[in-house]
Amino acid sequence: MTVQPDRNVSKDLKPQINLDDKVPEGALDEKWTKYRSTMNLVAPNNKRRIEIIVVGTGLAGASAAATLGELGYNVKAFTFHDSPRRAHSIAAQGGINAAKNYQNDGDSVYRLFYDTIKGGDYRSREANVHRLAEVSRNIIDQAVAQGVPFAREYGGLLANRSFGGVQVSRTFYARGQTGQQLLLGAYQSLSRQISLGNVTMYNRHEMLDLVVIKGKARGIITRNLLNGKIERHAAHCVVLATGGYGNVFYLSTNAMNSNVTAAWRAVRRGALMANPSFTQIHPTCIPQSGEYQSKLTLMSESLRNDGRVWVPKTKEDAIAIREGRKTALDIAEEDRDYYLERRYPAFGNLVPRDVASRAAKVECDKGHGIVPTGLGVFLDFASAIQRYGKSEAHSQGHHDPDPALVTRLGEGVIKEKYGNLFQMYEKISGENPYKMPMKIYPAVHYTMGGLWVDYNLETNVPGLFALGEANFSDHGANRLGASALMQGLADGYFVIPYTIGQFLSGEIRTPWISPDEPEFAEAENATRERLEKLMSIKGSQSVESFHRRLGKIIWEYCGMSRNAEGLQKAREMVRELREEFWRDVFIPGDLNDYNPEVEKAGRVADFLELGETMILDALDRDESCGGHFREEYQTEEGEALRRDKEFAYVAAWEWDSEEPQVHKEQLTFENVELKTRSYK
Amino acid sequence: MKLTLKVWRQKNAQDKGHFDTFKVEAHEHMSFLEMMDVLNESLIAEGKEPVAFEHDCREGICGTCNMVINGRPHGPMQGTTTCQIHMRHYNDGDTIVIEPWRAKAFPVIKDLVVDRTAFDRIIQSGGYISINTGQAQDANAIPIEKDTAARAMDAAECIGCGACVAACPNASAMLFTSAKVSHLALMPQGRVEHSRRVQAMIKQMDEEGFGMCSNVGACEAECPKEISIDNIARMNRSYVASVLASEKAV
Ligand SMILES: Cc1cc2nc3c(=O)[nH]c(=O)nc-3n(C[C@H](O)[C@H](O)[C@H](O)COP(=O)(O)OP(=O)(O)OC[C@H]3O[C@@H](n4cnc5c(N)ncnc54)[C@H](O)[C@@H]3O)c2cc1C
Ligand code: FES
Repeated sequence: MTVQPDRNVSKDLKPQINLDDKVPEGALDEKWTKYRSTMNLVAPNNKRRIEIIVVGTGLAGASAAATLGELGYNVKAFTFHDSPRRAHSIAAQGGINAAKNYQNDGDSVYRLFYDTIKGGDYRSREANVHRLAEVSRNIIDQAVAQGVPFAREYGGLLANRSFGGVQVSRTFYARGQTGQQLLLGAYQSLSRQISLGNVTMYNRHEMLDLVVIKGKARGIITRNLLNGKIERHAAHCVVLATGGYGNVFYLSTNAMNSNVTAAWRAVRRGALMANPSFTQIHPTCIPQSGEYQSKLTLMSESLRNDGRVWVPKTKEDAIAIREGRKTALDIAEEDRDYYLERRYPAFGNLVPRDVASRAAKVECDKGHGIVPTGLGVFLDFASAIQRYGKSEAHSQGHHDPDPALVTRLGEGVIKEKYGNLFQMYEKISGENPYKMPMKIYPAVHYTMGGLWVDYNLETNVPGLFALGEANFSDHGANRLGASALMQGLADGYFVIPYTIGQFLSGEIRTPWISPDEPEFAEAENATRERLEKLMSIKGSQSVESFHRRLGKIIWEYCGMSRNAEGLQKAREMVRELREEFWRDVFIPGDLNDYNPEVEKAGRVADFLELGETMILDALDRDESCGGHFREEYQTEEGEALRRDKEFAYVAAWEWDSEEPQVHKEQLTFENVELKTRSYK
Repeated sequence: MKLTLKVWRQKNAQDKGHFDTFKVEAHEHMSFLEMMDVLNESLIAEGKEPVAFEHDCREGICGTCNMVINGRPHGPMQGTTTCQIHMRHYNDGDTIVIEPWRAKAFPVIKDLVVDRTAFDRIIQSGGYISINTGQAQDANAIPIEKDTAARAMDAAECIGCGACVAACPNASAMLFTSAKVSHLALMPQGRVEHSRRVQAMIKQMDEEGFGMCSNVGACEAECPKEISIDNIARMNRSYVASVLASEKAV
């Protein structure tokens, strides 16, 4: 197998697809309002005649399915989980942003918009991001009305905290379980629609193909995970809210079962995958401890409100800590390098994720890492404990408190804010983070890339929509903390219920789609044949072992920093691994049975194709921006060097097993000036 | 460390089921489920079927993992899910018995995997606030006392894993149901439908075949989120009050 060394050759193979962003005319802050009030509607009696398939019932999918059900559509919702409440969204910890300006600290819709565009390193669409900032406020109202128990102040009003990359407090939270509470809110609304008969719920059903009839998305093929049955489901349109693909790296903070299959099957049917190499490496995760490791655990970004990141100034101290001869407590204050505070005085420990992650890598590459593998830095709460302890002691009337009291009170405040995270850390590491700084290292966390969608959240396949982490729409090359929950719920509650009407208003005379159409039969057969082929290989290596190997390649060459040479090599490696997989994978058990190995095999097969596309995307983008750091393009100080003239575009990939092809959507910035991102 | 595992195997709901015994080599830094991964990898390497078990987040929040370990749902530690147990709590030479949740309302699907959709149906019967998207007023319109919100959160932390049912000698779902009832009742937004909700959810719970509550308290002891049994008392009071009220109304 040979790899095309000159990737420009491929660019003339097929005509460019016209990627119309469908952004409405008008001033930025009026676009959405005007559009919403002039767009086509579907009358209530017609809604009753229309069916919608929603795949995925995480934040984006559950909120969409519930709202579309409330509006009167016939919704069929699918999840491979045993219940919608188990979606990966449940694990989100830190919070959700909204431009409420309840703190009166200068926040506004414009500021949230601006922060998001800048945080994304100017690689997202202005109009989409502005709409997101506008509807962010409605999300909080909606969640509170559903009974979400957000944190509150003594006065009974909602509390806020700060996240990275911003200078206001706009993050709403429910202890360290914000995702859980928001998902339960959406799940409960969905449950209500199920009980009312407006939504039919299909648990333990995995979508394995998209059915396209006369150019429009009209259904899906699923596998019933309980008995292996392949089923056809038809509708007037299909909405994918199937989450991100971070698990292509094998080790990530994503739930074990998160995968790219639904999106990738859509790509195989003509949808485009946009900016796949834009992945987010989160700076604060628990470091890897061994080869058997199955996943990594996030320590929420909210911890950087109070935790200070450091490594020892000297390598000798770092080595002593690695070898267990010293602990963090043995390193004197002046021998510590609080490198984020040193390099980025304006934002300090609250720089955006991509910046914080790369900085940790730089320190560890220099040999200052503090865990046995060398890949770890400290996150220290000692100063915060003292600061809170003193203020708490004062408020209790102790004006000259003894140190033990200060520490105890300070630990109490920290516990109230982050108790469950500290407990989670202690369970995993066996160390008490109140006494000993946490040890952390960056890990894959989120994927900004995803299915290409226009302003209506519609892909280039008419009638196929993508929401939440599954689309690429709002975060550019780097997502700000607490903005994924916001985007998922914005898409599901407040955007798709309107924009889907643009498509469906043209379908009111379309009778119910029949699953007997030949396209359904073709897709069903293709799905069955693919599964049978996988089973028939009967090779010698487990699915898991292939996944692990793929993850290592992607992490090594398409992770925190990338270069052309490594990427070329990685492409070849992934292609070889894919070939080996289809030759030597072993899947135990039966196809027509509950069989998690079959599920995993299909997902890993798709990751093996996505992985190559990510590499090509990273190779195509000869610049550094956000989470995409190409070593060839950096400033003298080691900061990302963007090349706006050449690369201010969205790269949307069309799959081809020989030579995937890129299509480009030029980004235009009419409201913000493109600046070098600085957090100094 | 070398361990002996006695693991429940059951082909499907109809199968009688039996224990299989395995030897496995574990490392103290591993999580319990990583130890199970090692077991499964070795079974696959021998061309055998791995043990079916469910898991997803592996950080104690999704409520998917569910093993009864040496007779205790989610194992020996307080406030911990199966996926959060680490092998440093075990010793070389230990024998560990692993079983699924056992309850009539949670039929076994395969090995350690059970069907917990009964919980979904309890929520569908009334575990929500009846409001449509877009109908909400400003989020700060109703102040809620900090401690009240915190108490609602204490109940809302339930992860729906079903350990309470597995722990209860009567396989009762009272802790699960009452946690949702309490969460919503403590929030002013949820009070409006409270009576109707309590009655509907309890009715559904009974229909699903969950047992009666006889105040054993095992549910609270084994709950990985340490949800308080006080929620059950609160729900019982509301139930009696709401039944009396609706009888009066008739
Ligand atoms: C540990 C962690 C903490 C986080 N904390 C925060 C935070 O504090 N704030 C924040 O804003 N963001 C946070 N995030 C990011 C955020 O949680 C996710 O981006 C977001 O929840 C994704 O929601 P979603 O609805 O798009 O997808 P998901 O929640 O991943 O849901 C995907 C759904 O699709 C279904 N599905 C997928 N494929 C198929 C298929 N083929 N067939 C059928 N069903 C399918 C799944 O069953 C599931 O229901 C965090 C992420 C992690 C990993
Ligand atoms: S796997 Fe999610 S709680 Fe254990």
